[in-house]
Amino acid sequence: MPLMVILNHLFCFLPAMVGAAIIRPMQEIPTIAAISTPLGTGAIGIVRMTGPAAVGICDAVFRSVKGLRLADADSHTIHYGAVFEPDSGSLVDEVLVSVMRGPGTYTREDIVEVNCHGGTVAQQKILSLFLKQGAALASPGEFTRRAFLNGRIDLAQAESVAQIISAKTEAGLKVAMAQLEGSISREVKALRQSLLRVMAGVEAEIDFADEDPGEPDFAVNKEQLEEIEASIGELIDSAFVGRVISQGVRTAIVGKPNVGKSSLLNSLLMRERAIVTETPGTTRDTIEEIINVCGIPLRLIDTAGLRPAGDEVEQIGIERAHRALEEADLILCLFDGSLREDDHDRTLLTSVPADRAIYIINKSDMLRGRPAAFNQGLLPARPVLISALTRQGLTELKEKIADFVLGGSLPPLEGPIVTHERHKLALERAAASVSRAAQGFRVGLGPELIAEELRSATGSLGEITGEEMLEDLLDVIFQEFCIGK
Amino acid sequence: MFFDVVVVGGGHAGCEAALAAARMDRSTLLITLNLEKIALMPCNPAVGGVGKGQLTREIDALGGEQGRNTDRSFIQMKMLNTGKGPAVRALRAQTDKKLYEDNMKRVLSSAPSLKILEGAAAKLVVSRETATGIELTDGSMITAGAVVLACGTFLRGNIVVGDQRFPAGRMGEPPSLELSGSLEDTGLKLERFQSATPPRIDARSIDPDRMTVDPGDENPETFSPFSRQKKFEQIPCYLTYTTAKTHEVVRKYLHLSPIRTGSVSGKGPRYCPSIDRKVVKFPDRDRHPVFVEPEGRHTQELYLQGLTTSMPVWVQEKIIRATPGLENARLMRPGYAVAYDYAPPSQLKLSLETKPIEGLFLAGQINGTSGYEEAAAQGLIAGINAARYVRGEDPLILRRDQAYIGVLIDDLVTKDVDEPYRMFTSRAEYRLLLRHDNAHERLAPIGHRLGLVPDGNMESVREENIQMKSLLMMLKTKIIRPSATANDLLAKAGSSPLTEPQSAAQILKRPEMTISAVLSLAGCSTSLATDGGAVRRAGIEIKYEGYIERQLAEISRWHHLESTYIPDDLDYMSLKGIASEAREKLTRIRPSSLGQASRIAGVSPADVSVLSLYIQARH
Repeated sequence: MPLMVILNHLFCFLPAMVGAAIIRPMQEIPTIAAISTPLGTGAIGIVRMTGPAAVGICDAVFRSVKGLRLADADSHTIHYGAVFEPDSGSLVDEVLVSVMRGPGTYTREDIVEVNCHGGTVAQQKILSLFLKQGAALASPGEFTRRAFLNGRIDLAQAESVAQIISAKTEAGLKVAMAQLEGSISREVKALRQSLLRVMAGVEAEIDFADEDPGEPDFAVNKEQLEEIEASIGELIDSAFVGRVISQGVRTAIVGKPNVGKSSLLNSLLMRERAIVTETPGTTRDTIEEIINVCGIPLRLIDTAGLRPAGDEVEQIGIERAHRALEEADLILCLFDGSLREDDHDRTLLTSVPADRAIYIINKSDMLRGRPAAFNQGLLPARPVLISALTRQGLTELKEKIADFVLGGSLPPLEGPIVTHERHKLALERAAASVSRAAQGFRVGLGPELIAEELRSATGSLGEITGEEMLEDLLDVIFQEFCIGK
Repeated sequence: MFFDVVVVGGGHAGCEAALAAARMDRSTLLITLNLEKIALMPCNPAVGGVGKGQLTREIDALGGEQGRNTDRSFIQMKMLNTGKGPAVRALRAQTDKKLYEDNMKRVLSSAPSLKILEGAAAKLVVSRETATGIELTDGSMITAGAVVLACGTFLRGNIVVGDQRFPAGRMGEPPSLELSGSLEDTGLKLERFQSATPPRIDARSIDPDRMTVDPGDENPETFSPFSRQKKFEQIPCYLTYTTAKTHEVVRKYLHLSPIRTGSVSGKGPRYCPSIDRKVVKFPDRDRHPVFVEPEGRHTQELYLQGLTTSMPVWVQEKIIRATPGLENARLMRPGYAVAYDYAPPSQLKLSLETKPIEGLFLAGQINGTSGYEEAAAQGLIAGINAARYVRGEDPLILRRDQAYIGVLIDDLVTKDVDEPYRMFTSRAEYRLLLRHDNAHERLAPIGHRLGLVPDGNMESVREENIQMKSLLMMLKTKIIRPSATANDLLAKAGSSPLTEPQSAAQILKRPEMTISAVLSLAGCSTSLATDGGAVRRAGIEIKYEGYIERQLAEISRWHHLESTYIPDDLDYMSLKGIASEAREKLTRIRPSSLGQASRIAGVSPADVSVLSLYIQARH
C-alpha cells in the first residue's frame, strides 16, 4: 500500500498536515481520550486515554474498591472499581481500569484503559467525563500517530494498524485487509496509467509536434478518456459501499409524531430499550446508535428526532430535519396506516427523495384485516406494511433494507472498494477534471488547456497511489511515440 | 595570474558564464582548448524549439547572450505551435553556425573585464575544500576566486563510428584526459553518458524537388525584443521521409550498429534515438521524418536531422541514399557517437556550486544535460553565482514557478538524471505562467538588479508592462452593450450576438474571439500593429485568466513547503519514521527546502511530514 494512504489515517489531509496541523509545541503534549471499541453493540467497551495527565484525569472520576489511587498504582496493573460523576457523585458504570506507564506502552506515554459495559451510553458518558477533566478528544488514528512519532512503531506498521482499527465490522475488516493488499491502489494505478497514455498524446503533441509533422501518432483516443471517466465513476460509487462497511449506513427514521418511530427502532434493536439522557436536546443529539440488520450496520442519525411521544417533535428545526434527510443514505419513511394522510404526511412526501427511501405503513395491528386508511397511491413505491408493536412484517422490512443496501447497482464485495472519504474526494476531483478534458476535446480547446485538466486528474489519482507524475509521463511518451531529431 | 572567476570551456555554457561574470565587473578568464572553436555548434544548426526556446528567451530576459546572438546569426526563424495556445509557443532558429561563432567571439572580445586564453586545463586546484585555481597542461597556474567548469563532452571523450573508436571530445579535437582524474581526486563522482550526431551531406548533391520545402516565418520574430529586426532572405529547410527501403538497409546492417555491438558506453537520450533504434523499436512505422537543414549561408553542409547514427561510414551512406531526395547524396562528415564523463548533478547546490568543493561551479553537459539552450542557461546562472560568490553575496536561485531555468536546475539537482537532460514544457508544472511572451516581465527585473540588463532595456520592459496592465484594466471595465454594430462585428468574427451587456474581457474569453477583434469592438485606438507586445500579452492574460488563477493558487498552496528551509547539518540517518530509501536519498541530495525534498523520487509525503516535524522541533 502506498505510503500516501497513511496520511488519511494518521494525519488527515496532506497540505494541512505538512503545515501546522500536526505540529504542537513539544512542552505541552495534550492528553487525549477516545472510545476504542467499535460503535454499536458489544458486551464490553473500552475508553482509552494517553498522555502525561492520563492517570490524574482518571483518578478524578474513578474509585477503586480497594481505595487505591491510580497515581500510586504500579505500572501494568488492573483495578476494579466504578466511575462516578464527580459533581453529583452518581454512579456511571462498574469498570476495570488498566494503568500502564510510559515508555513501556503502545504510545510510549502513560495510558489508562477503562473497560466498561458495552453500548454507547456508558462509553460516551465516561469519555465525556474525561473530556470535562481536561483530556482532548483524540482524532481518528491519533493513538497510532503518537506511537509512530514517539518511535514505537514504524510507518508501515502504523499504516496497517490505522486500517485495522478503522474497520468497525467484520466485513469492514475484510475490506481493510484487501486494501492492505492494495486492491484500490491497483485499480487506481491502472486508471492512472490509462490516463497517462491519453496525456502522453497531448503532451507529445505540444512538445514534439514539430519533430514529427503530420503523423497521426499523437491523436488522442477520446473513447479511452470516456472509459476512464466511467471507471472513476464506478470507483466513486463503490465509495458508498465502502463507507457502509466501515461506518454503517446513515439511516434516518422519519414520520409525524406518534407514528411509531421509537417503536420501530426498538423492534429493529430486538429489545426494549429507551434512549436515556439527562438533559434532553443536548447530549442525546450527539449519540449515534448502530443497529444491525441482517449483518448490515445501520447508523441512525438524528436520534433526537426519536423522542418518545409527548415531546414536541415540531420543535426540531426544519433545517435540521432537512440536513438529516440530506445526509442519510437510507430513509425509513413512516406513515400511520390507521389514519388518513394529513398535511404533515404530504410535506414529508415532498421532502423525502424517493431513491433513498423505504416507505413503511405502521400500525397494521390496528387495522384488523381492514385496508389501511392511509392512501397508499400517494407513495412513489410499494410500502411495507408492519406493526412495530407486534413485529409483524418486520422480516419483510429487513429484507427490503438488505436489498436496498447490497442489491441493485452496488458492486459486489470482491471488487476494490473505496472506504476513505479522502480517496473518494480525490476520485471526484479526478472525475471532474477528466470530464472537463473530454469536454475540451469536443469543443476544440487548446491542447495546453486540456493538458492542465489531465494533469490535475492524474495528480488527484496520484494522491491515492502516492506516485509522481512527470517521470512516468515521460516514460509513456517515449514508450508510445517515436520521437527524435 | 589571478582572476576573480575562471571559466573552463568556450562552448555555450562557458560563453554565458564568462560574459555574466565579466559584466558583473569580476575580472574573468575564459580558457578554451581552441580559439577557433568558441561557441561552436557541434550538432544541429539550430537554437530554440518547444521548451528550449523558452530557455533562450529567459536567458535574454536575464541579460544573457544566446538569444541576441541567435538573432544576429539566423538564416531561418519559425514560431512553433502557432496552432496551439500561447503558453506553448516557442521560437526556433536555424543558424549560420560560423556566423554564430564569429558573432559570439566578437561579443566576448569586446567585454572589458574578460580575457580569453587558449589552453588545456589539467587540474582543478583545491585547498581546504575550496577551489582556488586551475593548472594547465603546460604547467602554468591560474589562481581564481571561483572556478566554473563547462567542459562539454571533453572529459575522457571517446568517439565511436562503426567499429572505429578513438579518444576525442568532438570530431577532430583531442579530449581532456587529466581533468577527470583531478575532479575525482577532490571527491566528485563521475559517470558516463553518450550523445550522437547525424551525418552531414553536400547541398549540391540533393534533389530538392523530391522533398517538401520548409520555409521560415514570413515575419520572423526575434528571441530578444531588443534585437533590431533584420530584413533578409531566409534559407529554406527541406523535409523528406525514410521509406521501407531505408529501413531495410538499416535492418540488413543492424549487426554493425553500436546498439547491437555495444561499442558505445553510457546512456543515450531517449528523445534523440538513432535511426537504428527507431527502426528496431517502432517496426510498424513505415517512415520517419528527416529534416534537411543548411548549416550556414556560405557552406554546403546539410545536417540530416532524424538520421542520427554511428554505424560504419559506408553503411551511413547506404542509409542516406535509400531516402527520397537523397539518392545521390555525398557524405561530407559521418555521424558519430561520443561518450564522455559527467558529474551526476545531485552533487550540486541549486546555485550550481558543487556540494563537496566550495567555489566550484559546474555548467552544461558536465551536469548531464544536452542542448545549447540548457547549457547556456546553466552557464548564465553559474557565471552569475560565481561572481556573487566572489563578492560574498547570496546566490541567485530561480524558482520553478518563476522560470524554466528554475525548473531545469531544480530537476537536475533534485532528481537523478538517467539520460542526458533536455527541457520539455511538460516538465514545468506551471507551464501556463512560464511563457515566451512574458519572459521579460518575469526575469528582466532580476537581470537588471544584477547589472546584466541595461537601464534602457529595463525601461522599455517596464513601459510595455504598464501599457499591458492599463489595457487589461480597460478590457475588464469596458462594457459592450448589445447593438447592431456590436453584433455585426461579432458575427464577422464568427461569434454569437450579445443579448446583454458584457465586459470586453468576458467577450474575449470566447474561444473564437481574438484580441484585435475585441479591441475594435471596444472602439479602442490601441492596435496590434502599433503596440504588439502589450496587446498580445493582455489578450493572453485574459484568455488564460481562470487557469492562471488556478496555478497561482497551487503555488501559494505549496509556498510554505518551498519556504521552509532545511538546516544544512541535518542528520537524516538519525530521523525515525522516515523510510530508509528516503533517508538515503535525502542524505545524498541534501535538499535546501521541504519543497525540494518533496520532489525527490522515493521521498513520500509522509516522509516530508515527518521531516517538517523534526525541523519544527529544532526551532
